Amino acid sequence: MGIALDSQRCWEVTMVKAKHAVDVLEKCPTGIRGLDEITKGGLPRGRSTLICGGAGSGKTLFAMEFLMRGAMDYGEPGVFMTFEETAEDLAKNFVSLGFDLPDMMSCGLIATDHVKIERNEVEETGEYDLEGLFIRLGDAIDSIGAKRVVLDTIEVLFSGLSNATILRAELRRLFHWLKDRGVTAIVTGESGDKLLTRYGLEEYVADCVILLDFRIEEQISTRRLRIVKYRGSSHGSDEYSFLIDETGLSILPITSLGLDYPVSTERISTGVPKLDTMLDGKGFYRGSTILVSGTAGTGRTSLAATFADAACLRGERCLYFAFEESPSQIIRNMGSIGMDLARWVKKGLLKFHSARPSLYGLEMHLVTFHRGIEEFNPQVFIVDPISNLSAAGTASEVKSILTRLIDYLKMKKISTFLTDLTHFGVSLERTSEERSSLIALIDTWLLLRDIELNGERNRGLYILKSRGMAHSNQIHEFLLTNQGIALIDIYTGSGEVLTGSARAVQQAEEKASELIRRLAADGRLRVQESKKEALEAKIAALRAEFDAESEELHSMAEEERKRQAVLAEDRLEMAHLRK
Amino acid sequence: MKAVSPGKGKKAKTDSTEESWNLRLYVTDQTSKSITAFANLKKICEEHLAGKYRIEVIDLLKNPRLAKRDQIIAIPTLVRELPEPLKKIIGDLADTERVLVGLDIRPVSG
Repeated sequence: MGIALDSQRCWEVTMVKAKHAVDVLEKCPTGIRGLDEITKGGLPRGRSTLICGGAGSGKTLFAMEFLMRGAMDYGEPGVFMTFEETAEDLAKNFVSLGFDLPDMMSCGLIATDHVKIERNEVEETGEYDLEGLFIRLGDAIDSIGAKRVVLDTIEVLFSGLSNATILRAELRRLFHWLKDRGVTAIVTGESGDKLLTRYGLEEYVADCVILLDFRIEEQISTRRLRIVKYRGSSHGSDEYSFLIDETGLSILPITSLGLDYPVSTERISTGVPKLDTMLDGKGFYRGSTILVSGTAGTGRTSLAATFADAACLRGERCLYFAFEESPSQIIRNMGSIGMDLARWVKKGLLKFHSARPSLYGLEMHLVTFHRGIEEFNPQVFIVDPISNLSAAGTASEVKSILTRLIDYLKMKKISTFLTDLTHFGVSLERTSEERSSLIALIDTWLLLRDIELNGERNRGLYILKSRGMAHSNQIHEFLLTNQGIALIDIYTGSGEVLTGSARAVQQAEEKASELIRRLAADGRLRVQESKKEALEAKIAALRAEFDAESEELHSMAEEERKRQAVLAEDRLEMAHLRK
Repeated sequence: MKAVSPGKGKKAKTDSTEESWNLRLYVTDQTSKSITAFANLKKICEEHLAGKYRIEVIDLLKNPRLAKRDQIIAIPTLVRELPEPLKKIIGDLADTERVLVGLDIRPVSG
């Protein structure tokens, strides 16, 4: 049993050692957008990484960006040894990524060496080694204290020199030498038919291998990256889309694989007060995803723009991706319904991005979304419409793209508003079937529907679902007025549902009868008024009479008094006289 | 850098109708390949270019910058500077036939 115990303990020790090895593998951050996330820190420090791919797949640009960012962002000087391009071509390539090579060289951050091998120049006459190469590389590294090295592409040696045995031995020696020097190296290699690279470089560069793929499908180009191998580290093993533009490479970052995003209870206005009312009186949840489906010309863009307008009014930033109309067209059209979007654009709160979706591959769209969001940092994100994106990929690809996009948006608590073009005549069931995977991700689903009645077509809006809140289930008539969107209760009148001109007629009738009633009431009031006047006149007359009588009475009394006074006087006189 | 002219003390025969050969051998110090190459080169020159050659030996360990300037990756490398055009040969020059072809020397018969 002693032996068995021993092996058990050995195994345990090995496992502990292995775990430690994984933990202590140091990584060299590349600074390439998205790459450090999927490699969990960057490339293996002090080791060589093989970047392989077909012509035009981006290997050289990848290597360049690694070197440039190493110098600019991490202060690590680098050596670029090229076997194919001249110094001028190299500088031009760097410029295409926005890097100033001559400047970097004069600062002592980058050193380059162009190794020229021309087969017809050379005749191999006996034993030799590639020490000259080592001397050049060593000199370049020492001249600037380089920490990073690029060899692009060393395979050219195979086509220039015919002694494969010597070549292979020297390559093996080179990679050991690089490791001894402690530099982090990138080696590029052209894809082979059976092997990863044409000359089997993966045999020597075994620590990390990344494959770049570039293909054109139906006139749309797509770029994909895959980490084939990364010894000693866990890594994302999927194929990731990436794009190359004037700022370098952008690889799509990982989004949350779980469903654990933070949720908000804050509510934001839709921009249409009546719609807010229909949504439990408060509007959408912040950070939720809203979809408006509708047939052409029903007003999806107007709803989207109204939502944008409301956001900007609150001082929030809105990023609007327009795939059908140009931004200036949208601004002009919204002007006709009373919205001034131009002012938000000027203030920098509203940013438009427009493109024909069929122009790029799906991954390019997704990367463009990501970059737009990262750069602008909006609180509201709009895509109008998403339906065109389906033209750029298969159904499952579109589903994958949208899922990842919405995941990302929810993580960032960005309120998202998507519009979708549905086709007239297609039933709601069919639409929701086609879009079932998308609808599962949506929190609030609004439908703009044409209502055809009595030879007339009006628009109706209804809320098909809105998670987490009580919402109206009534259709409302959707109108574009010159003061914005109006939602009108479908007129029930005598229990019927009426829209458009039928409603208008009914409303007019109601108004008319209302008027008549009022007029009648007015008439009665007037009669009463005249009665009152008559009464008042009577009262006035009576009073006048009374006053006259009182007056007479008063004067009679006065006379009597005078007579009594005179009599009294006479009596007094007579008394006097009688003495 | 060492320059070797034909024979010590001997006056170099300069024939105005004959060309002058300037050869440069790139080596790394005294490694065996370098020594072998130099020996082979001297032998070939004495035999086929007697009196009209000049060999310059460049030790890249002492002058690493010259490797880049002159586009040298293999050691040893022999460069024929004159007569023009420039020609490059790599290896320890053990294969005389190849060397002659590479340098475009018409072998001295006999």
